[in-house]
Amino acid sequence: MHLVLVGVGLVILTGFVALFLRNAKHCMRFSVLGVLAGSVCFMSAAVPVLTRGQQLSLQLPWQVPYGSFYVVLDGLSALFLVCIALVCAVAAIYSVGYMSEHGNRRLGMMAFAFNMLVAGMVMVVLARNSMLFLVAWEIMSLASYFLVTFHHEEKSVRQAGWIYLIATHIGTAFLLAFFMLLAKVTGTPNFEKGDISGTCSSILFVLALIGFGTKAGIMPLHVWLPEAHPAAPSHVSAVMSGVMIKMGIYGIARTLAILPSFELWWACLLIALGAGSGILGVLLALAQHDLKRLLAYHSVENIGIILMGLGIGVLGTVMHAPAIAVAGFAGGLLHVVNHAVFKGLLFLGAGAVVRAAKTHEIDRLGGLQKQMPVTAAAFLIGAVAICGLPPLNGFVSEFLIYSASFKAGFLGSGAALVSGLIIVAALAMIGALAAACFTKVFGIVFLGEPRSKHAEGLSEPPASMCAGEIALAACCIIIGLASPVFVRAIGNPVLHMNVLDPDAIQKQLAPLAANLLYVVITVLFFLACIAAFMIIRNRLFSRIQRAAKSRPDQAPMIGQAPTWDCGYMAPTARMQYTGSSFAQPILDLFQTVLQSRSKKVKIADLFPREADFHSHTPDLSSDFFYQPLFRWTSWFISKMRWLQYGVVQLYVLYIMLTLIILLLWKVR
Amino acid sequence: MINLKEIFQPLAAMLLAPLLFGIINRVKAFFAGRRGQPLLQSYYDLWKLLNKGAVYSTTTSWVFRASPVVCLAAVVIVACIIPLGARNVISFSGDFVLAVYLLGLMRFFMVIAALDTGSSFEGMGASREVQFSMLAEPALFIGLAVLARLTSSLSLAQAFSSVTPQVWASHCATLLLVAAAFVIILLAENARIPVDDPNTHLELTMIHEVMVLDNSGPDFAFIMYAAAIKLWLFSVLLVRVLLPVGSMPGWASVLVSITAVLLIAVLVGIVESCMARLRLIKVPHLLFSAAALAILALVFAFRD
Repeated sequence: MHLVLVGVGLVILTGFVALFLRNAKHCMRFSVLGVLAGSVCFMSAAVPVLTRGQQLSLQLPWQVPYGSFYVVLDGLSALFLVCIALVCAVAAIYSVGYMSEHGNRRLGMMAFAFNMLVAGMVMVVLARNSMLFLVAWEIMSLASYFLVTFHHEEKSVRQAGWIYLIATHIGTAFLLAFFMLLAKVTGTPNFEKGDISGTCSSILFVLALIGFGTKAGIMPLHVWLPEAHPAAPSHVSAVMSGVMIKMGIYGIARTLAILPSFELWWACLLIALGAGSGILGVLLALAQHDLKRLLAYHSVENIGIILMGLGIGVLGTVMHAPAIAVAGFAGGLLHVVNHAVFKGLLFLGAGAVVRAAKTHEIDRLGGLQKQMPVTAAAFLIGAVAICGLPPLNGFVSEFLIYSASFKAGFLGSGAALVSGLIIVAALAMIGALAAACFTKVFGIVFLGEPRSKHAEGLSEPPASMCAGEIALAACCIIIGLASPVFVRAIGNPVLHMNVLDPDAIQKQLAPLAANLLYVVITVLFFLACIAAFMIIRNRLFSRIQRAAKSRPDQAPMIGQAPTWDCGYMAPTARMQYTGSSFAQPILDLFQTVLQSRSKKVKIADLFPREADFHSHTPDLSSDFFYQPLFRWTSWFISKMRWLQYGVVQLYVLYIMLTLIILLLWKVR
Repeated sequence: MINLKEIFQPLAAMLLAPLLFGIINRVKAFFAGRRGQPLLQSYYDLWKLLNKGAVYSTTTSWVFRASPVVCLAAVVIVACIIPLGARNVISFSGDFVLAVYLLGLMRFFMVIAALDTGSSFEGMGASREVQFSMLAEPALFIGLAVLARLTSSLSLAQAFSSVTPQVWASHCATLLLVAAAFVIILLAENARIPVDDPNTHLELTMIHEVMVLDNSGPDFAFIMYAAAIKLWLFSVLLVRVLLPVGSMPGWASVLVSITAVLLIAVLVGIVESCMARLRLIKVPHLLFSAAALAILALVFAFRD
């Protein structure tokens, strides 16, 4: 335990030092070294907890009312701590190269905020006291606000920062209510499993779902994600999308761990929200033209997959079907780790692209594969992983969720069957749509010819950025190929979801791990097959070339030519398919839910003038829910203006009146 | 379970798959009143292509060269999973998820290879491919969920072995609905009429063929061969739902299945001869109906 706290101390301390350092280079180095040292501490404390299932705790008195410095590192915390340590360390290394072009400007502030974000997240997963948790939660939220508004000279970034700040505090308001109710029914401000009645549990669950769900980005509450992620510097987006939104999932998981028993409708709610977030998230992602905004919507999608996993886990617990519960929770929690890895990787890749090409616009890029081969290969690995395709890590967690949902169909209860069906259909559809989306991103950005001047003459980013990308890509491959080991390790976090005792969980995990072992063996066969066919093709080619040498006049050979464009001899790069046209058929199919709008100049004359075409897909929950809500709120508040004249004496009078009323109420 | 003894099943798929194209062409020729190509024409084509050189577009990168190999390897591995007899080389609980996702990986590489050429024709084909697969994949998974529910097993070998005459007698409607959904998926996933016309001469309306416009030589042979094996695999899937061969001895069920797969090719040929290709905007309706059939089958399966 002390090791983790030393790590937190190191991160905060180096952050403060970096804040006061003048030289940009030194201050980046200082904060990065702090984060790296901290990550080593976190890892070395969390990994034994995760594998051996012990529990570390420490309780110190704290002067704040209701507060105590009560920290525990158990399996569930350790799982999230591993994600934090891994992604933050990689993002920190990456940031050295990424921030090198920003000159001397306010880097101290950024380094400080980054370190505070890391420390805040670590404290969130450790805290077992409501006050301590809320303080850590707020540090995390504010630090990330300052990181999002790093480029605050741009109006859109300030706007994004405001949306994020408001959204996160609406969430915190629900969390305040949650913790007050929790403290009232359990009688202690510490998180302890208490005797909570059914209705109370349900209210607590809904409060937690809204409060933590805002941070996680569940569908109608996700509005801040697509604004904040593109605005932030890319290594910050990687941390925010990879781990910070997972703090919301941690909150939901911890709530499930505290509550004594589950209800069936929670499972249905989680699955419905998950399926909705998943499908709408990926559809909205497909509609985006901005690379980082697209990735942000994919976070919404993956949070949906995680929720479906947790939902089917809750369903299995309620139905007393341990096999389903364990597979569901294991799949959901493993997807937390997997998403942290591949989404971190994709944001780092996108950062490298944006930094080099100076544009977020997908349709202006193209042909980057030849100019930045390392980034392209890493991005391809991330893209295959996020689509849930074998042999990478995304497949492992989706496989677990699939097997839980198929088994739910065997139970003989209508609710279980429908839930299973919804998850299976939603996962299949999300998988195919994600493949559509990432073939679009990879194909349009990295392949083909450059579509504009932005995408020409680029070069590979600095070594530190490449190192970050390679590290996370390697993690995708390792988790994919060593999946049985990782599934075994997930048993300890699952233990906290009050399903079964440790032995029983391992007994349920054993067949899953065995199946994944077969998956790994199959995948190895697959890789062997690829190698074999490569060799066969090379043999064929070398034979042909040998034949060509002996008969130079007419023999076939291996040549190069421009792309065959059906007889048209002067193709230009602008004639290539664009991301918008690639996605258009699918978007048309879902026009009813997406409400995409397009604007074009009609070609009418014989000698048409310059034409253009714009398309835009609005976010329905922001346009039809939040904006009317805020408009109504501001109308209502403007009616209260008569209370405020700006005269100090009047405010003193208000305070006096309030005090007298409170006094009367107390004396009564 | 890994049974290397069953290695003859993927080998049979690799050996016999190109024959399916020959049968389809012969049936179409018969309907058109022509003599048609020899039955083994696809083998000759493959052999010729394997001995040819290749022309690569200057726009393409390693992705374009890797794609044919990945596609062929994926279908060969899936051929080790989908069983003709009582079991196949690879079988475990949840194997069909891996099988469908390997086919997904194949599609992923086909699509990015098409985009790698930078041609708008190939982009068009790629765009259609992902659109239709997005609708076909849920239908396929729901159909498989019905099978899993009916036989209470998550491995294809076990599920298909449980499809006995008794099961057929009591769940006839469910199985027929699943089979109907699988027919539609088979036609859509393998780029056959009414979804895609492999023989059309207009690149603007093609899906699968237009994605591989730039491939040549051995690469093109690999892609054609992979397409043949994929058709074989989907036919096996359909045959095993339709025929209750699970209770037969292993070799007999293998022989019956292979014969039935060849008959499926005849069926595809008849469909191609009697139908026109649908307009592209109508194809989603067909795929929605496949999903609807599969969901209906699940409702029936739950009632029994």
